[in-house]
Amino acid sequence: MGKAFRFHTDVDTDQIIASQYLLYPTIEEMKKYTFESLDPTFAERVQPGDYVVAAENFGCGSSREQAPSVLKALGVKAVIAKSFARIFYRNAINIGLPVIVCKDLYDAIEDQEEMEVSMEEGTITAKGQTFTCTKLPAKMQQILDEGGLIASLNK
Amino acid sequence: MGMTMAEKIIACAAGVKEAHAGDIHTVELDRLMSNDGTTHLTIDMYNKLKNPQIKDVNKLVWIVDHNIPSDSPKTAASHKKMRDFARENKITFYEGEGVCHQVMMENHVRPGELIFGADSHTCAYGALGAFGTGVGCTDYLYAMVTGTSWLLVPETIRFNLHGKLNKGVYARDLILTIIGRISANGANYKAMEFAGDGLASLSMADRISICNLCVEAGAKTALMEVDDVAMDYLKAHGREPKALFTSDEDAVFAQVFDIDLGEIEPIVAKPHFVDSVVPAKECLGVKIDEAFLGSCNNGRLEDLRVGAEIIKGKKVAEGVRFLVVPASQTIYKEALKEGLLDIFMEAGAIIMNPNCSVCWGSCQGVIGEGETLISTGTRNFKGRAGHRDSFVYLASAATVTASAIKGEIALA
Repeated sequence: MGKAFRFHTDVDTDQIIASQYLLYPTIEEMKKYTFESLDPTFAERVQPGDYVVAAENFGCGSSREQAPSVLKALGVKAVIAKSFARIFYRNAINIGLPVIVCKDLYDAIEDQEEMEVSMEEGTITAKGQTFTCTKLPAKMQQILDEGGLIASLNK
Repeated sequence: MGMTMAEKIIACAAGVKEAHAGDIHTVELDRLMSNDGTTHLTIDMYNKLKNPQIKDVNKLVWIVDHNIPSDSPKTAASHKKMRDFARENKITFYEGEGVCHQVMMENHVRPGELIFGADSHTCAYGALGAFGTGVGCTDYLYAMVTGTSWLLVPETIRFNLHGKLNKGVYARDLILTIIGRISANGANYKAMEFAGDGLASLSMADRISICNLCVEAGAKTALMEVDDVAMDYLKAHGREPKALFTSDEDAVFAQVFDIDLGEIEPIVAKPHFVDSVVPAKECLGVKIDEAFLGSCNNGRLEDLRVGAEIIKGKKVAEGVRFLVVPASQTIYKEALKEGLLDIFMEAGAIIMNPNCSVCWGSCQGVIGEGETLISTGTRNFKGRAGHRDSFVYLASAATVTASAIKGEIALA
């Protein structure tokens, strides 16, 4: 089980990691600023195995791959949203961060509530209910299963 | 079954006869642009590969533009990593010549090309009929090593433009109107294509401004038919098309909009969303602390001319900083020759070197707690221009300049 960190609609990648940290040498040095503008305590509070839950169009805006990378570096197990912006979605899969489209979870869950994702079954359990997720396109599932896009270059 | 421009470009890059929305193809990339926003991370990943290699170095263009000149030792270290790698591997490299998309338009983009850029505003290249799309550094690295990538063929939303913009109304007002209409994810995963008799009245600066901002509606790419205006620009910059494509008459569009350019009015996007648009007249009187004229969206000579004409003989309001940032050295020199920079300086504006400036909230000109910026930049997200509790309004070069003079949002 992990905790849900719940965010609104149209969360853009500037909110996930602001521009002034992007040229820091490593993701490790950036990660403590994750969600700084929306919730400056997020990076301290989030634990490995927790989840980010959002409404529509999560990750819109800039193509900065640092956005999914800092979430992964903090141990976020998956991002679950009603919908994702295109570039963020692709970047997350490429680096091996599961991004899950689920239309019903957001409205059912409160911030900090416990939840669990079963990637194998494509379901989410929270508040004693089971929510069904939209399946990843086959091409993207394959990249995720291989551990991200770079893994295929190192075969 | 007919094909759209986007489908034709992907079919060409995939070496297949037909491509249709929903298909996935492996494509050969024509060009790969990357800037200092992410390249240091791409290099780190490259160096960790089992067999690092660059498939075709001639396709790579690297541009330092986001934080040039560097603002801290950390930035300087990331720039050095990029500079050294580019030199060692003989990658085409620009540093300080301009904002990446302007440099690409001036020097590299050709109609019919499929271009990956490690920057979301790569969709600007559609102004020259090229399929440009933004990617992260992992996709970029994969393309750098293999010369290829995979693409889901997007559906296309077609915008038929009719008539002409009225005097005092600009391409920026048009694209903000469109984004307001379809919303910040209205074109998510889709291509936005612009055609119609109204296209002929739009300059290349207008067209780049329109295509550039399409990612703010979520678009994968933006495309315009290549006409005489585009061909003249291409020839003036010494290039030839790779291929010229237009959508077939029986191409399938997800949606079609007909837009009368004569009905567009000056628009402002309010904090903190690009689709939060209202007529500029509804924002009159909002106090500002800073105004910004520049960026890959509106830092071209045409924009500087608009601003200079408005501010000539007038002064920037007391207490307001007015930043003027030409989008490239070429534009800077032309503006200097035309006397535009003199006009801005005499009015009290601050002229800066070509870079991304406050548009991306790092580099320079960032605003403090509680401050308000009116900007020709690309985004007005919370904290985008500096402090997390600050406010950004987006508008045309004319509205921004008029506001700098008045110290509050004003119409030219």
